[in-house]
Amino acid sequence: MNVENLIKMANDIGTFFEAMPNREQATRDVATHIRKFWEPRMQKSLIAYLGTHGDETLKPIVRDALREIHPA
Amino acid sequence: MDTTHHPHDVDYGTPASVSEKLVTLEIDGFEVTVPEGTSLMRAAVEAGTQIPKLCATDSLEPFGSCRLCLVEIEGRRGFPASCTTPAEAGMKVRTQSPKLADLRRGVMELYISDHPLDCLTCSANGDCELQDMAGTVGLRDVRYGYEGLNHLKDQADTSNPYFTYDPSKCIVCNRCVRACEETQGTFALTISGRGFESRVSAGESQAFMDSECVSCGACVDACPTATLMEKTVIEAGQPDHSVLTTCAYCGVGCGFKADMKGSEVVRMTPWKDGKANEGHACIKGRFAWGYTTHKDRILKPMIRSKITDPWQEVSWETAIGHAASEFRRIQNKFGVDSIGGITSSRCTNEETYLVQKLVRASFGNNNVDTCARVCHSPTGYGLGQTYGTSAGTQTFKSIEKADVILVIGANPTDAHPVFGSRMKKRLREGARLIIVDPRKIELVSAPHIKADYHLQLRPGTNVAIVNALAHVIVTEGLLDQQFIDERCDKEAFNYWRDFVASDNNSPEALESMTGVPAHLVREAARLYATAGNGAIYYGLGVTEHSQGSTAVIGIANLAMATGNIGREGVGVNPLRGQNNVQGSCDMGSFPHEYPGYRHVSDDATRTLFEKDWGVSLRKEPGLRIPNMFEAAMDGTFKGLYCQGEDIVQSDPNTQHVIAAMEAMECIVVQDLFLNETAKYAHVFLPGSSFLEKDGTFTNAERRISRVRKVMAPKAGLADWEATVALSNALGYPMHYKDPSEIMAEIARLTPTFSGVTYEKLDQLGSVQWPCNDAMPEGTPLMHIDHFVRGKGRFLITQYVPTHEKVTPKFPLLLTTGRILSQYNVGAQTRRTENVQFHEEDRLDIHPQDAAERGIQEDDWVGITSRAGETVLRARVTERMQPGVVYTTFHFPESGANVITTDNSDWATNCPEYKVTAVQVVKVKHTSEWQENFHEFNETQLRLLKEKVVTTEAAGTR
Repeated sequence: MNVENLIKMANDIGTFFEAMPNREQATRDVATHIRKFWEPRMQKSLIAYLGTHGDETLKPIVRDALREIHPA
Repeated sequence: MDTTHHPHDVDYGTPASVSEKLVTLEIDGFEVTVPEGTSLMRAAVEAGTQIPKLCATDSLEPFGSCRLCLVEIEGRRGFPASCTTPAEAGMKVRTQSPKLADLRRGVMELYISDHPLDCLTCSANGDCELQDMAGTVGLRDVRYGYEGLNHLKDQADTSNPYFTYDPSKCIVCNRCVRACEETQGTFALTISGRGFESRVSAGESQAFMDSECVSCGACVDACPTATLMEKTVIEAGQPDHSVLTTCAYCGVGCGFKADMKGSEVVRMTPWKDGKANEGHACIKGRFAWGYTTHKDRILKPMIRSKITDPWQEVSWETAIGHAASEFRRIQNKFGVDSIGGITSSRCTNEETYLVQKLVRASFGNNNVDTCARVCHSPTGYGLGQTYGTSAGTQTFKSIEKADVILVIGANPTDAHPVFGSRMKKRLREGARLIIVDPRKIELVSAPHIKADYHLQLRPGTNVAIVNALAHVIVTEGLLDQQFIDERCDKEAFNYWRDFVASDNNSPEALESMTGVPAHLVREAARLYATAGNGAIYYGLGVTEHSQGSTAVIGIANLAMATGNIGREGVGVNPLRGQNNVQGSCDMGSFPHEYPGYRHVSDDATRTLFEKDWGVSLRKEPGLRIPNMFEAAMDGTFKGLYCQGEDIVQSDPNTQHVIAAMEAMECIVVQDLFLNETAKYAHVFLPGSSFLEKDGTFTNAERRISRVRKVMAPKAGLADWEATVALSNALGYPMHYKDPSEIMAEIARLTPTFSGVTYEKLDQLGSVQWPCNDAMPEGTPLMHIDHFVRGKGRFLITQYVPTHEKVTPKFPLLLTTGRILSQYNVGAQTRRTENVQFHEEDRLDIHPQDAAERGIQEDDWVGITSRAGETVLRARVTERMQPGVVYTTFHFPESGANVITTDNSDWATNCPEYKVTAVQVVKVKHTSEWQENFHEFNETQLRLLKEKVVTTEAAGTR
């Protein structure tokens, strides 16, 4: 999967939820959203990217959510 | 209910009264009780008597001009017209007497003295009210002769492709003029001249095609003679029977009578008792059905190894066997997740249900999606999050009780014309109107309608406007606090209230982004919050954005904040694009959920389906359409079963879609025509039109209506039968003998459909889901006492500007949409006479932008975006605002989606069709993409023409 697109999509999800007042809940909501709507190969591609390329291009809330989905 | 009708319905003469107070009177000695306000004419029909009439019909307000419906009332002098005289308690009415008979004969004598006596050869023979009335009143002689001044040699206007206007047969009853005003709301017709000179006139004595007529056909329906007559009836004669069915065009889902002669359609007549349309129709539903018998239809299955090979006509068995074998080969080589399916909003509930079942149970994955992905998927997400279910809250009829109507990103008079007419009727009655749209759509200013506010925002700023409206409501004390306290989650509301109340969300702060003067936003917000029942209607101008889901949530917030939910006249109403968008979503077409919007990870639901279907099901979501393209480019998605959709034309960033198509090894397309997607296909399964199959459609009101077969499938199999055959060939047997059995399974497995049966639909005409033990006759209004999710949930909707930004290189914003006479990718309407109304997609551009570029009307202009370039002819119009251009996507060669990008909604991947940064310049040649398109298209049509006909195919139907 084109990881650049996945990063953009994930960051857009993060942008929506990071406006929420409760950061912990918002992080869980990002994780839940990705779990509920992203096909496994999309999830795996982004998590693999996070593992190999670091995480500068991902919003912090997305990074945290991905780690919740797939603890290192 | 008898679903097979004689073409003639009972005409009550005047509309029904809605009064709850009843009055009892006597007509011809028989007692009858009717609602107060009922006309004597209608009361007589209720009592079993038909009073002669010509200018009256029950779809129109009484007019009282023909003087045929006179009656006598005991104790009253004279002979009042029964159409304009309301029934009163204790009245004693006589509908027949020697004097009345004499008067009526006298009236008829005058009519007939200026009417051709060609009844035997007249197209209305058998369906002419004038002829009927002549018989009814016993007219035997015309004392005036026929030699006097008359209109018998007036020339017919045949300019409209669908109907003729023959003034020689006009009796000036005014029904057509009133239908154009009252029913359609266009005001294109009038009576020109006075006295004897009086004639019906389109526009200012123009030909119909040159006038403002929108060809809805309401005038044709209302005409009591052959003056306005369908050309198909003139050619074929009167129908011999009718079958009730549902329109296959937009999400209004109009009920129709297919008027038949044997197995051939003679005309489509809107069904008076159809609750979505109440007897009205538009140019598409009423007239544009000729595609069903168009010569371009492909009626035999075809296969080929490569898209550069000629097609090979084969039997159904061979085509299905080949498709199944290829799908299994691909799965064996690339894995179980390497194939998927796409269901269509143009297909029935039963068909979409079967395709998603085939994908989940037979393909063994959840890679199923539907075209709602690219239109209303944000509605599913947004309303699901806030209210608990993905559906509009009202009936269409509810608009009759609306006091203020807020239309956001929708153009109902073009895209949902019959509902647009219902909306216009309510507006003429005095409802207030707020339009939020980048363009001056018709509703901004139409005959007898003027929007109170047109918030002409910049594309991509819906969320900012919705937040600004909410800001005013919160900060100016316009909240319905009682509703919020009783019905909504308190903590979520408090967060939202504090969020929208911040200065960042004030109309003044957002003005520079939206382009809408702050004072207009403030005034509009006050109007919506304080004018009584506030009803919101929105369309793809809301959903097809990078923040489409956020905007839907914002709209849901607005309705909760003002208490505009849970009763008639209010609500949140997504206007669905295609006929069965609602249904295809309901049927589990999305990759993450089963029928009834239950997530695939929900163990209880999955177990329910596993037990019923006898297979193990996956609990992870599958690929959405854009993800399928990405996976195809990545080499992990290789096979696709696409039923009734044309993703190559309709999905954004065409070149990306085509690259994905070319990366796949087996594409199976099931369609009526060799559409753009089929040109990249390896297996073609001929589709069946809505006239050739049984099933149901669910419209934007959640209304489930029957689609009934009026002719045998022209290719031998209905679409659902082809899916069954494919599943069987794949080794997962399906045993349905009839679509009613599929609906029985849907009802068995889907709580919101548990009470739906074909028998009930036959009996009630239609039902709105939820239809279950609690609501056995369906649910017209949602969320009356509580939201589906319990407490309504406010959510914060931070405005985030789209990634698609204007730059010096791309200084304009392109937005795309639809036009009245064409439908979606145009595969159907382009194959009808509707092309006379719209023969090419144009680029609409504001005069200022045009002048800056030296562009004039009809000039060829190149439109370039980050995704691609295409060339269209310009239409210079002040409907646009400076800086914004617009086009439609009804013709494949236009390449509208060559320009649109793959930017998409954050929650659902719904593409951002409505915002693309472009440059527009005057050019002399078509674009490189268009040249390639023409070359490829020619090749594909040649490969179709050169198709190899196998012996076995020649022997099959």
